[in-house]
Amino acid sequence: WVCPGHCEPLSWCPAGRRACTDIISTVEFNYSGDLLATGDKGGRVVIFQREQENKSRPHSRGEYNVYSTFQSHEPEFDYLKSLEIEEKINKIRWLPQQNAAHFLLSTNDKTIKLWKISERDKRAEGYNLKDEDGRLRDPFRITALRVPILKPMDLMVEASPRRIFANAHTYHINSISVNSDHETYLSADDLRINLWHLEITDRSFNIVDIKPANMEELTEVITAAEFHPHQCNVFVYSSSKGTIRLCDMRSSALCDRHSKFFEEPEDPSSRSFFSEIISSISDVKFSHSGRYMMTRDYLSVKVWDLNMESRPVETHQVHEYLRSKLCSLYENDCIFDKFECCWNGSDSAIMTGSYNNFFRMFDRDTRRDVTLEASRESSKPRASLKPRKVCTGGKRRKDEISVDSLDFNKKILHTAWHPVDNVIAVAATNNLYIFQDKIN
Amino acid sequence: MSQKQEEENPAEETGEEKQDTQEKEGILPERAEEAKLKAKYPSLGQKPGGSDFLMKRLQKGNYKSLHWSVLLCVDEMQKYFDSGDYNMAKAKMKNKQLPSAGPDKNLVTGDHIPTPQDLPQRKSSLVTSKLAGGQVE
Repeated sequence: WVCPGHCEPLSWCPAGRRACTDIISTVEFNYSGDLLATGDKGGRVVIFQREQENKSRPHSRGEYNVYSTFQSHEPEFDYLKSLEIEEKINKIRWLPQQNAAHFLLSTNDKTIKLWKISERDKRAEGYNLKDEDGRLRDPFRITALRVPILKPMDLMVEASPRRIFANAHTYHINSISVNSDHETYLSADDLRINLWHLEITDRSFNIVDIKPANMEELTEVITAAEFHPHQCNVFVYSSSKGTIRLCDMRSSALCDRHSKFFEEPEDPSSRSFFSEIISSISDVKFSHSGRYMMTRDYLSVKVWDLNMESRPVETHQVHEYLRSKLCSLYENDCIFDKFECCWNGSDSAIMTGSYNNFFRMFDRDTRRDVTLEASRESSKPRASLKPRKVCTGGKRRKDEISVDSLDFNKKILHTAWHPVDNVIAVAATNNLYIFQDKIN
Repeated sequence: MSQKQEEENPAEETGEEKQDTQEKEGILPERAEEAKLKAKYPSLGQKPGGSDFLMKRLQKGNYKSLHWSVLLCVDEMQKYFDSGDYNMAKAKMKNKQLPSAGPDKNLVTGDHIPTPQDLPQRKSSLVTSKLAGGQVE
């Protein structure tokens, strides 16, 4: 893809690798891109902050360093159903910033929490009723009054849970999405979608319910849901059958009937045992413009125009070579891996992950695509990432890697793109890689 | 579909041709893989959209999502129907060798897995108003 004013395509260089103690399960930039949050399998949230321009350290611009770490969720046990509730953070979504503090929503399978992250860089000294070390002074010994003064202190970043939204989901929460009204948000599980008000924790409204009366008739589940970026009454949800439903909350309280139904017609002669499984949508994301949405299924990424339900306007193959490996991918469960996808700030490019720590980027304007690798070997700072190629045929060229050599344990499920700049965050198991373009 | 792909790669001539043949051969690899799978697990159900597939999906991380227990009251006695166990038992009976899904979480509890036929008819519950559930007006 071409940066305006330049003729060469962007080249990506490593801008940091952050090792985390646990497997990263979600990555999300905030609205300005200055903060980058990761959630992990152990229920922890780590927030990174972008370094400001610094003359003494010219190369530090763009580096993300740890800003705050906190334990968001703990493992729980549901005694009624004899089930463990994992503390793994499924999703993090930032709220738009309204004051000095930052707010985010984090969720595990059952409970959503609103966290406030605030900075403290001043401390009051000279209290009347207590000593510097906090001990209460004897009131009879106080003979004079003084006004406490604020003194600077080392920056402390505190995270505190402000709201806990619990007990609204029977099944596992797969998505949360903040509404453009900045007051409400939705949470979706396999069969239901609930609407919450950020201030109210003891009540939520069910807006979609696809649970059949008889569970034996269950044929599909909800896989992802998202609010429209500008229209606060519109949201979409995707299914395990590869369909997307757009709903308008103005039409009825319970949005079981969709306003729009997006499905690509399938050639019945090409149907196989795997067809439905690989058509299952693992992620759905609106473009920043609100005109398009993107869906990720097992082998491809599709861009849909909201005005056209009959088929996507673009289809990008992520790793088509896996089609001849579906049998073993079914056996090792990889066929059920849920890859996410994301847009760049201008909606001109999209990115998604693959196996062997590869991730793919597609430029919608120039129709170019590239495969890159997130690994320590390719992480020499200021050296551009070299495009990778998977060889499908018999003859393997020198830098190509054959399909059979791919490591299916090294999967990139979570990626995020800075809302404005060409900075990307790629989660490869325990490591968070940050890349930025050279021109930046 | 192939036309769309041609538009996407106007510059690459060989890429275009490659994609065309891959398009036509694309159907074959998937079918070949299906045949491979059926050869290994002959009793694997025809329609993956049914309980077999969803149970398989459940095993992958989210395996307990649709695991429900129906609590039935029959006079003094309570019988529990656990559909997860039931479906696993059903699958095990049909097929000795299930595709492995890591550590087996679905242990059968007790010797007898009640089947829907074993359980007495459920009394119909009161229809609760949607207002009570907090539905927005």
